[in-house]
Amino acid sequence: MAIYEIKGIKKSFGNTEVLRGIDFSMEKGETVAIIGSSGSGKTTLLRCINFLERPDSGKMYLNDELLFDAEDKKKLNENEIRSKRLHFGLVFQQFNLFPQYTVFENLCLSPKLLAKERPDYRSDKKNIIKNIEEKAKDLLSKVGLSAKSDSYPCTLSGGQQQRVAIARALVLNPDILCFDEPTSALDPELTNEVLNVLKSLAAEKITMIIVTHEMSFAKDVADRAVFMDSGVVVEQGDPKKMLTNPESERLRAFLNTVTL
Amino acid sequence: MGFIDITLQLLRGFGTTFLLFALTLLLSLPLGLLFCFGSMSRFIPLRWLSRSVVYVIRGTPLLLQLFIVVYLPGILLDAPITKWSIFNGNVLAAYFFGALFAFVLNYSCYFSEIYRGGIESISAGQYEAGQVLGMTKRQIFFKVILLQVIKRILAPISNETVTLVKDTSLARSVTVYEMFFYANQILTTEALLWPLFYAGLFYLVFNALITWLFNKAEKKLSYFRA
Ligand SMILES: Nc1ncnc2c1ncn2[C@@H]1O[C@H](COP(=O)(O)OP(=O)(O)O)[C@@H](O)[C@H]1O
Ligand SMILES: [Mg+2]
Repeated sequence: MAIYEIKGIKKSFGNTEVLRGIDFSMEKGETVAIIGSSGSGKTTLLRCINFLERPDSGKMYLNDELLFDAEDKKKLNENEIRSKRLHFGLVFQQFNLFPQYTVFENLCLSPKLLAKERPDYRSDKKNIIKNIEEKAKDLLSKVGLSAKSDSYPCTLSGGQQQRVAIARALVLNPDILCFDEPTSALDPELTNEVLNVLKSLAAEKITMIIVTHEMSFAKDVADRAVFMDSGVVVEQGDPKKMLTNPESERLRAFLNTVTL
Repeated sequence: MGFIDITLQLLRGFGTTFLLFALTLLLSLPLGLLFCFGSMSRFIPLRWLSRSVVYVIRGTPLLLQLFIVVYLPGILLDAPITKWSIFNGNVLAAYFFGALFAFVLNYSCYFSEIYRGGIESISAGQYEAGQVLGMTKRQIFFKVILLQVIKRILAPISNETVTLVKDTSLARSVTVYEMFFYANQILTTEALLWPLFYAGLFYLVFNALITWLFNKAEKKLSYFRA
């Protein structure tokens, strides 16, 4: 059973049609790598999945339940969007950590705010806070940054900041965690520390969609690759097969422009 | 008049100067935020109105605005502010109020532009990071954006505040007996020039204090980079 499925997602900005009917589905525990040249609509797709953009048409299903339908013109209110959004996480290319908070505070800020909305918050406040903080600590040690818990983002390297951003997204237990070129803003010598974290998450069967230009990573780690071009999915399947033996001419042309 | 008398005289004026300064700051800092939200509103008429007011106020001299606020009700509506019943015949209070009104309006507009610049300089990524973490718009503004904006606008606000201290001397032109008024009065009645410089020293010391306070605040926020 697919944990997540999108059908016919289209999105235009003004006159430019950026997504021209995306169909795509994934299983629980799967790591999907989205590849494609710059401008093909990968970021826009992730933004639609995370409810940062509203698709013009199409549907999304989570666990076979309708999550979004563009035909439904009723405007969702903020709380409805927030609760839908929380099924997903998004790690940005530029990390976007909150500069005025320590690493640990970055992880705890949003779960603590969300906890306040729980009906049992008042009666069980201590426990709830304790659980959040323990979870944050665990995740920091998982990304190898326990020692930086009290540091401010500006004192960290790009690779460290991105690992914090990953931990911050994980604290909220999203069903699907999305990454938009998580290593593109990093110096080459720092990409591996982030890719290693992604590898360990894949090994733990965290459900992930990773937009990446790291072809060897896609080949070795992803369960499936999706190649996008000009707003459509051109080819998808086993990354090892796809990347060594592409079926479509467009994928072949794309692979010629990148180094494997 | 001796040194002590002159000092007391100037201090009396400084009381009014300080009151005008403090009330202007206290009122225009929050009012500026309203103008700022107006100027950034998605409701076009409100945005248009707000931006027009800011544009006109910033484009014309404060002195002209003082004259308009203080004298126009009398000329145009035959209702000089000195005759308004709320002032109970207290002419000086009426002039002070008129001057305060003009100062607050003027400084609100300057502050609103500083706020707007500060808010617009925060990257969209900060809002989006908050959104994907399930935060509400309010939470994002107050927990994520605000402190970063404050850090960025501290220096321009500090500049504007120092300018305000000096601008209060303009109130003299609409019969507000602030410090410079007294210094000038001593010049004409006693033919003494040095009290003018003495008054200048008051402004200088006061501004030094303000600059020091703002520097302290900036240091306090220097623990992060935004
Ligand atoms: N907010 C927007 N307004 C207008 N055009 C946009 C916007 N966002 C993306 N685009 C355009 O959509 C196209 C695809 O962008 P994007 O999704 O970022 O592609 P990718 O991530 O694959 O490089 C680009 O041509 C870009 O200029
Ligand atoms: Mg992109």
